[in-house]
Amino acid sequence: MSTPETVAAPSWRARLRRVPWQQLTPLAGLVLLVIVGSLMHPAFLTSTNLFNVLTRSAFIGIIAVGGTFVIIGGGIDLSVGSMAAFLSGAMILLMNALYGGTISPVGVVLIGVGLVLGSGLLAGAANGLAITRGRIEPFIVTLGTLGIFRSLVTYLADGGTISLNFALRGVYRPVFYGSFLGVPIPVWAFAVVAVLGAILLHRTRFGRYVRAIGSNQEVARYAAIRVARVRTLTYVIQGLCVAIAVVLYVPRLGSASASTGILWELEAIAAVIIGGTALKGGSGHIWGTVVGAIMLSLIGNVLNLTSAISEYLNGTVQGLIIIGAVFLQRGRQGR
Amino acid sequence: MAHEPILSGIGLSKSFGPIEVLHAVDVDVRPGEVHALVGENGAGKSTLMKLLSGYHQPNAGEVVLDGRPVRFPDSNAAEAAGIVLIHQELNLVPDLTVEENVFLGREPHRFGLVDRGAARRATAELLATLRTEVPVTRRVRDLSVSQAQMVEIAKAVSREVRVLCMDEPTDVLTGRETEVLFDLVRRLTADGVAILYVSHKLDEIMTIADRVTILRDGHKIGTFDVGDLTPAEMARRMVGRELADMYPPKPAVPDDAPVALEIEGLDVPGFVHGASLRVRRGEVLGIAGLVGAGRTELFEGALGLRPAHGSVRKDGRPVRWRHPEDAKLDRVAYLTEDRKAKGLLLGKNLRENVVLQSLERFARPFVHLRAEQQALEGAVEEFDVRVARLDVEAGALSGGNQQKIVLAKLMLTEPDVVILDEPTRGIDVGTKRQIYFYVGELLAKGVAVVLISSELPEVLGLAHRVVVMHDGAITGTLDGAGLDEETVMAYATGLRRDPPPATLESPRVHT
Ligand SMILES: Nc1ncnc2c1ncn2[C@@H]1O[C@H](COP(=O)(O)OP(=O)(O)OP(=O)(O)O)[C@@H](O)[C@H]1O
Ligand SMILES: [Mg+2]
Repeated sequence: MSTPETVAAPSWRARLRRVPWQQLTPLAGLVLLVIVGSLMHPAFLTSTNLFNVLTRSAFIGIIAVGGTFVIIGGGIDLSVGSMAAFLSGAMILLMNALYGGTISPVGVVLIGVGLVLGSGLLAGAANGLAITRGRIEPFIVTLGTLGIFRSLVTYLADGGTISLNFALRGVYRPVFYGSFLGVPIPVWAFAVVAVLGAILLHRTRFGRYVRAIGSNQEVARYAAIRVARVRTLTYVIQGLCVAIAVVLYVPRLGSASASTGILWELEAIAAVIIGGTALKGGSGHIWGTVVGAIMLSLIGNVLNLTSAISEYLNGTVQGLIIIGAVFLQRGRQGR
Repeated sequence: MAHEPILSGIGLSKSFGPIEVLHAVDVDVRPGEVHALVGENGAGKSTLMKLLSGYHQPNAGEVVLDGRPVRFPDSNAAEAAGIVLIHQELNLVPDLTVEENVFLGREPHRFGLVDRGAARRATAELLATLRTEVPVTRRVRDLSVSQAQMVEIAKAVSREVRVLCMDEPTDVLTGRETEVLFDLVRRLTADGVAILYVSHKLDEIMTIADRVTILRDGHKIGTFDVGDLTPAEMARRMVGRELADMYPPKPAVPDDAPVALEIEGLDVPGFVHGASLRVRRGEVLGIAGLVGAGRTELFEGALGLRPAHGSVRKDGRPVRWRHPEDAKLDRVAYLTEDRKAKGLLLGKNLRENVVLQSLERFARPFVHLRAEQQALEGAVEEFDVRVARLDVEAGALSGGNQQKIVLAKLMLTEPDVVILDEPTRGIDVGTKRQIYFYVGELLAKGVAVVLISSELPEVLGLAHRVVVMHDGAITGTLDGAGLDEETVMAYATGLRRDPPPATLESPRVHT
């Protein structure tokens, strides 16, 4: 109530103001990028290229869907990149160990997938419990686990690379390279995760609680909401999303090393923020995050296709766009 | 009075979006006078003050200072001209110290550095004149609400002030602090400062104000000399009709009414020791005591909102509520005294707020927006929430209407024991009466009500029995019939103290 009000506007302006511009900014950015891309290179608007972009965006996108829950709930998870690397390494080692025994290769892969999903849940729960039960800042806890997971994968790989057994690669390959109805599997997975995430966030009690907690934890507590439980669950969802990304990622290269998943946490957080979710929590949209993730991978793609800017500057352009996106949101909030 | 007004508003109108909330209101304040603004919740009192002090810009009309039209682009410009507003809601930075808050943005400098010493001395002096004993180095976060309010007042008068606008300043103050504030007001007016004063406490207005302007639904009803009005006339002009009895009849609690909630030997470390009480169905149990006596903490402890130990029984069954949700499942609900920080998601819309505590009824498993909207419309109707549009954020409501939303949120959980902590804080007389009668209806339905309140008249008017607390302990449990304020105050200040009641039948087992 204490915000200074500007002089009231005529009604058409008032109506324009009611359009959720802030929510549309990411979409506008995406459209702009597509236009720029298609002007710069004829190959840009081909379905092969676009599917390629979408496939690449799937890893970060899926992780960012989980990140949307964490950030809206007022938290942050910096450990996702290392967690992905660790889960990849552990999954490959496990599958290699099981291979050649009595279990068929398909069975081995299935066991691997199941174990990764379970471990993702556990890793997320560990983050969440340390934060809620241990009452430690999310930034600190996940900074700690970022270091832990990264060193664990380095240790598992003994400083080198962990490679998946060749026979298993053949079986597992289609999960990344295959397609269904002409659409690559990772894109399907991304879509399914996004839709489920959106339903959970926007249509269920849990999602409402996450937003309530992110906007004021005390109010949520006094409203008899199990704050600690809900917050922990956001990290569990984040862990599960990382595991799903890993399941798609391992067949891509068939290996993991100490440099797997480096800076994924930044890209995932960037996708969430570009998508219009408030970094301080309380509000946000899954579809915004999806747009954000696609935008990030489009930028890389446009830079790749054209030679206007070196592709090594990809990070710079992404960084500028992140800062710009937050700046635009700030401007819209009127302070 | 001979004085020309310092500050006046002429034909001030204000709209938020398409809705005009203030319609061509004239008001003026003269040097040395206390000019009160009264009106129902949402009548536009805060809005009018904000127009005069640069926080809002009028859509029509003008602000006149010393006979010349002025336009304050923002509150800083108004403050530079000596017009300072103390907000209805606290406006301090929680993580800064008292001294840093008082001098925020105008720190005294010496050799290019902030002169901490000077700022501290000045703050300490100010607080001493306000007889508020808080260390200037304490963080505002760690102050009680009433202490924070005194700091807010200190901050306001630390400037060159000519017109001091106070929006419900005594809302969170104790009786003693209110006295101190009134002393300050008298000193300021003696120096020729003009005071614009909003309050729902009409007796305060009779005490302190010289003139009163009455607003109703954004219209000015008139300006009167306070001596020409009785509180009842003032109330009638505010609400536009005669207000009959303030309190509903107090039906006797049937002798066989079962005990709904029983607390025995409850300790809340640091706040309450050995508290025992019981409330029966159809009964109002008043909880009186000075601010800081541990009334809030007692019930927060019992309901799992803060650590506590002791025994609690609901409907005769021992319960152990570790989390507010446990209490909710046992149909016990607590209305917080701090609606801004604990009661409302100020940035969320009314619908999400009102269903927050009973969402399981609206989300099975998917949220059902239409049912939620209906619940909101029902609540707005039942609690008479005055709001032009239902899709606004909770923070845009006037204080009293916010309180009604919190109450509605609580009642949607259909509790059979309700604990109301300062339920009428910041609420206008008409609405207070509605809430009192609502409590009456709850009793008829067999609900047990606990009423924690610093307003003794409402405790005496509603409660069948009154538990009085002093310094974390229960000093007496008094029969509400024929009870008077003096007796309650004697227990509240610890002058009188009954032996701990041996009336609770089950003797405590010490282990
Ligand atoms: N920023 C805002 N946006 C939209 N509507 C507002 C805003 N501020 C106030 N209003 C509306 O203006 C009307 C007057 O509000 P105001 O806060 O001035 O009432 P008040 O008389 O101070 O009430 P209370 O006694 O409850 O504090 C209310 O209907 C309120 O909902
Ligand atoms: Mg007000």
